[in-house]
Amino acid sequence: MRRSAGRRTAGVRAQAPAPPDPIVVRPVRRGDLAQIIAIDATVTGLEKRDYWRSIYRRYGDSGHLERQFLVADTGERVVGFVIGEVRDWEFGSPPCGWVFAIDVNPDSRQAGIGTRLLDAICASFQRAGVRKVRTMLGRDNTLILSFFRSQGMMAGPFIPLEMDLGT
Amino acid sequence: MKLQKNTSLALYSVLEFAADPHRHISAAEIADKYGVSSHHLAKVLSDLARAGVVESVRGVGGGYRFAGNARRLTLMDVIRTFEDLSPAAADRREPGERTPVGRALGAVLSEIDEIAKATFSSITLATMLRLIERQQRNQAESQTRSTNNRASGSESRRGAKPKPATRT
Repeated sequence: MRRSAGRRTAGVRAQAPAPPDPIVVRPVRRGDLAQIIAIDATVTGLEKRDYWRSIYRRYGDSGHLERQFLVADTGERVVGFVIGEVRDWEFGSPPCGWVFAIDVNPDSRQAGIGTRLLDAICASFQRAGVRKVRTMLGRDNTLILSFFRSQGMMAGPFIPLEMDLGT
Repeated sequence: MKLQKNTSLALYSVLEFAADPHRHISAAEIADKYGVSSHHLAKVLSDLARAGVVESVRGVGGGYRFAGNARRLTLMDVIRTFEDLSPAAADRREPGERTPVGRALGAVLSEIDEIAKATFSSITLATMLRLIERQQRNQAESQTRSTNNRASGSESRRGAKPKPATRT
């Protein structure tokens, strides 16, 4: 028996539309800074107002496609952020995207927000023409290391080195 | 870097179990797949059960099943069950290790150890299973491309004009 288009067969319920996604990933605004400073302070224990203002000036207000400062917004508050940029030929590498900060408010974790943020910044790197994304973090930062690995990232060909400078 | 045999077997086994956490798998099935003795593997599985990573299943079929949380358990959690990763106590060090050359070399080896530990500690079983899937997918795509290339090569050769016979 053929059904005509637009008629529901008796006994078949129409599916309710999915609730609107509460999380929106969007470019940062100046008004977000206080919340970003608070998230960072919760995680690191340090309130770095001047640092975040300078980061906003460089990455949030630059108008450059290669510099990205994105936030995850629930509609009521900012719960996470990601910052990165395309760097050309540093450390001998062809242009690639670097993620140098990502964080989600601890009480909003395990909900896929970090993944949404990373996906969004990777998409913007692709729009800027690069095909590789890198990051660097402390090897004792197991939580964030695990996050990046869960997204498919593997160790890159670089080795960070350091030394103390004489006093 | 080389892991001890028991550690490798433990990792193979745990990943087999975690890939299908509701399935009961016998030691013989895993031993057969990885080309090891069931007796040897049974000891490894027994250690994993004691660590709470797998649990033995009584009754028809028997075997073991996964008992952990793949999103929380890391490769390091499994490795630590079978290998002692703590630095050697002073009384267990070789005499050469106490010399300036030995200490400098020890610093280099420590650097490698710390990177290895950080790597193992950052990879959960769930991440490892995704990595395995990705590699299987890449391998399948590579084989398909290879088959297509061979097929198009054969067609080109069939379409080519025959070479003229050489006169002697």
